Amino acid sequence: MTSLAFSSRRATRAIRRLPIWIAVALLLIVVGYPLVWLLLGSFKSQREFLESPTWALPEQWNFDNYAVAWNTAGLGTSLFNSAITVLPSLFLMLLLGTAAAFALEVLVWKNRGGVLIIFLAGIMVPTQMILLPLFSVYFQVGITGTLWPLLITYTATGLPLTVFLMATYFRAIPREVFEAATLDGASIYRQFFSVALPMMKNGLFTVGLVQFFFFWNDLLIALTFANSGDLRTLQVGLLNFNGQFGTTQYGPLFAAVSINVFALLIIYLILNQRIQKGLTAGAVKG
Amino acid sequence: MQNVLGDKRAIAILLGPALLIYSLVMLVPVLWSLGYTVFEGNAIVGFHFVGLDNFARLLGDSEVHSALLFTLKYAVVITVGQVLLGYALALLYVFALKRASGIVRTLVFFPVVMPTVAVALLFQQLFSIAPTEGLVNSVVSGFGGVPVDWFGDGGSAFVVIAIMDIWRSMGFYGVLLYAGLIDIPEDVLESARLDGASGWGLLRHIVVPLSAPVLISSIIFSINGTLKVFDSVLALTNGGPGTSTSPLTISMFDNSFTYGNYGYGSTIAMLLTVICLIVTVFIFRGTARGAKKGAA
Repeated sequence: MTSLAFSSRRATRAIRRLPIWIAVALLLIVVGYPLVWLLLGSFKSQREFLESPTWALPEQWNFDNYAVAWNTAGLGTSLFNSAITVLPSLFLMLLLGTAAAFALEVLVWKNRGGVLIIFLAGIMVPTQMILLPLFSVYFQVGITGTLWPLLITYTATGLPLTVFLMATYFRAIPREVFEAATLDGASIYRQFFSVALPMMKNGLFTVGLVQFFFFWNDLLIALTFANSGDLRTLQVGLLNFNGQFGTTQYGPLFAAVSINVFALLIIYLILNQRIQKGLTAGAVKG
Repeated sequence: MQNVLGDKRAIAILLGPALLIYSLVMLVPVLWSLGYTVFEGNAIVGFHFVGLDNFARLLGDSEVHSALLFTLKYAVVITVGQVLLGYALALLYVFALKRASGIVRTLVFFPVVMPTVAVALLFQQLFSIAPTEGLVNSVVSGFGGVPVDWFGDGGSAFVVIAIMDIWRSMGFYGVLLYAGLIDIPEDVLESARLDGASGWGLLRHIVVPLSAPVLISSIIFSINGTLKVFDSVLALTNGGPGTSTSPLTISMFDNSFTYGNYGYGSTIAMLLTVICLIVTVFIFRGTARGAKKGAA
């Protein structure tokens, strides 16, 4: 009797939850299916693309498309280019930005509020506004045929957000920590490297990750300063991929897109919790 | 002690490099760009002074007008779409899925970190008509409809752009707004429920007002981002067909680099910057007034 009432109550609850489960299922299909479709397409032959229905499974799982995408389309080169510009910019931006935030938040001096606001103003400036003068200068200095313009521009454009967020994190650390370190005779530099940086580990990780995705997925700056063959980053390489061989080779195209998407998926799955926390912490405060 | 924490040389060494790079690469170029607006030409062929000609040209340039219109239309449609769907997602996470929402959040968030060009290529194929029918047209045919040439005219191309960008970004706004919603104290919701509020009533009178600050941040964030849209549209339609889906950013890029006119390009960039500033200030003032009214 009681168990019957209990199970009927459970049934009503299940029915009431039904719309929610339908909504979730629909959501998962809408988000997930294009990615599944992409992955399946990356194994298909050109003939299958032209003849079989688009939702069909590949006839056989061949990895040729990946080899073509990797070698012919120069995905390896562009991956290398992306890595050697994004990682050093990220490192420089974090080091300089955190040092600046330390000087602005922990150290005591006049006008530091004003300087912080000058940094903040940079968050609102559209990149288009600084593109042309930079192009002129890089051209005159003679570094246009290299990846230096990307490295410099990424570092600088990442600074406003980094300084702002790191200053916010420093604000949360009790002043006494630094006062105690001072009493113990630690110099400012020693305090920065041995006390402040280790305490900022979470903040550094969060900001670094958010900016990594910004830099890695940037198209505007890369397209402006690194548009020629050897300098292409992943995004520019992909942009030039379509129709590169006259008629579109669908398999290699799908494979190239898959490499990009699923490589990031792996990074994302490993670091997901921190990304979501980092983005919300930063954005809500902004 | 004040001596150590106020050491001038240390301040210069720690702050100097960042301030120097930031000034050289961002502050100076902004002013420099303003200077470009009264010149014609570029770094390679040289510049000559044209006074306010660029601004006069901007007023009469029908391509820039349509780009401006597209930018505003895009910003409004995408902002409404991504914030509303993001809010719906956030409500789903907080009130329906509760603690079990982690996996769904993770999956729906993933498109946010995907490379824009990859997403655009994916959507190009999803909506293609020839030589292979994409998934969307297959479904249309499957239901007996006539396949649509989505990229054939500006109207339907805009629909694809909107679907793609909302698909990409709703997870981000879902997480952002989720962070705002979980901050609503449980006892406030509980007492509202005891007073008989439920469903829409609870949402309209309790949840939305209490999450207003994070909703407003989302809208500002969204408008600022959508006004600057560049990579997704460039990779999906390249502004076409013709210039029917070309936002200000692409028109600025074309004028500067394809036609080599930095002066006019800078003038367009300035128009964009001014719009971003106006919109941000406008929303801030509007919300400040709204907040005051709410408090009274």
